[in-house]
Amino acid sequence: MLELLDITAGYGRGAPVVRGATLTVAPGESVGLLGPSGCGKSTLARVAALLHRPQAGTVTLDGERVTGWRHRAPRARRTSIGVVFQQPRLSADPRLRLSDLIAEPLRAGGRRDEVADRVGELAHTVGLTDDLLGRRPHEVSDGQLQRACLARALVLRPRWLVCDEMTAMLDASTTAALVTVVEEYRGAQGAGLLAVGHDRVLLERWCDRTVRWPEIAVAV
Amino acid sequence: MTTPSPVLSVRGLGVRFRMRGGRHIAAVTDATFDLAVGECLALVGESGCGKSVLASALLGLLPGNAQTTGSAVLGGGPPVDLLAADERTLARTVRGRRIGLVPQSPAAHLTPVRTVRSQLVEVLRELTGERGPAPGKAAEAAAERAAYPADHLDRYPHELSGGLAQRAATALALIGDAPLLLADEPTTGLDRELVDRTADELRRHTDDGRALLMITHDLAAAERIADRVAVMYAGRIVELSPARDFFGGEGPRHPYARGLLDALPERGFTPIPGMPPELGDLPDGCAFAARCPRATDLCATPPALAPGPGPAVACHHAEERVDA
Repeated sequence: MLELLDITAGYGRGAPVVRGATLTVAPGESVGLLGPSGCGKSTLARVAALLHRPQAGTVTLDGERVTGWRHRAPRARRTSIGVVFQQPRLSADPRLRLSDLIAEPLRAGGRRDEVADRVGELAHTVGLTDDLLGRRPHEVSDGQLQRACLARALVLRPRWLVCDEMTAMLDASTTAALVTVVEEYRGAQGAGLLAVGHDRVLLERWCDRTVRWPEIAVAV
Repeated sequence: MTTPSPVLSVRGLGVRFRMRGGRHIAAVTDATFDLAVGECLALVGESGCGKSVLASALLGLLPGNAQTTGSAVLGGGPPVDLLAADERTLARTVRGRRIGLVPQSPAAHLTPVRTVRSQLVEVLRELTGERGPAPGKAAEAAAERAAYPADHLDRYPHELSGGLAQRAATALALIGDAPLLLADEPTTGLDRELVDRTADELRRHTDDGRALLMITHDLAAAERIADRVAVMYAGRIVELSPARDFFGGEGPRHPYARGLLDALPERGFTPIPGMPPELGDLPDGCAFAARCPRATDLCATPPALAPGPGPAVACHHAEERVDA
């Protein structure tokens, strides 16, 4: 289970952007979190992805209470969550070729021997050609870069996925393609998904259930 | 819908980038369309299909290694061929004065260290040459036209919500009273409610006697306000149809446009298989053939788009019915 209980989070002292939010994702379940822009849903997604330490509340992951965020989280726990962000340009190192971008989590975890197999397999899954794998981010389109970012999120075979507005910058066909990749991965690995977005039609089509922002927070 | 002198008349517009090693990237090929007063044309397509390059070509903002062909005549005043005009003409008489640009991601377009008011006044001074209190008054009027609240004029861009930043950028685009508005992905990253509001406001400005070319990958926004839809694939306009036919009734006629519409979550939610071809390595025939369920030997020759009053489509198999 991925459980967020009574979470209060924000930036700086006073005026937290999330207050008293509670949300649960069961293993293998997909939950869509809907809310307008600026409501704090991305902040909550970052808390769930262990990237932002909440000011109050508890996060429980696979039965264990989370005590450290970012680099303070144990590696095994950090790598059990894959994250895809809204803007691929801002979440990709501009110096890396797409193949290195996808392989980076493996190298950082000392699993270099898996690089060749995993990158080739994932490139095929997300639809990147060898030519594209050799390019750097400025040489590919937003859609192609987001395909690489999704491959990077899946490379360590996470048990949980957090997709924060993964498709907001993409056209309809690329959106449908990436959602299909996520669903096939979840079908094969039984991973749980928290998909954050503002597109009700998309999330209702994609997820087992959707929650609207006011329903999970006492006061926003 | 057709008037004797369109605001913008594009004929056979092509843009090629010269790359290292003598390679060429054909970003836009043979684009032809007209745009009349009070009309909104939505140019839709996947990212990287050449939509934004077309917009840059119309504004004379292409990088140095670009070569253009064809013509793009701006009407609604003394005719100017935007592709042939020199930088001085474009800078002094066209940009801001005869073409207003509504940019993508307005928060990045606004100067972060100046208030909205000071940016409006600066543009007004630059456009009219007036000094003193007059531009200040006109700035407030321009803000009002874009539905930007007067009590937010003294705020800095980072203090604005996405919607307000979009309106501030629109106010800047409208300030010179340009007859042609060019909106480059005006709704990317906005939530649905804001998309609808932004689109409706653009429609209102169009109805006030402007022509609007909206470049977007957001089909819902296009459906909401467009009179006509141009679908671009691999640098070519492959379908140009009245919006009513495109989104309702018969639906799109080009297999690519059909696939794009069918990928929407409220429709089939199925992606088009494969990816678009590289613009530097386009096939001789139809660029969509490799992904197309209807492709035959005929597709080795490029299909032509014949623009007219009704739907125009560049496909050898457009008339075939699919029973799927």
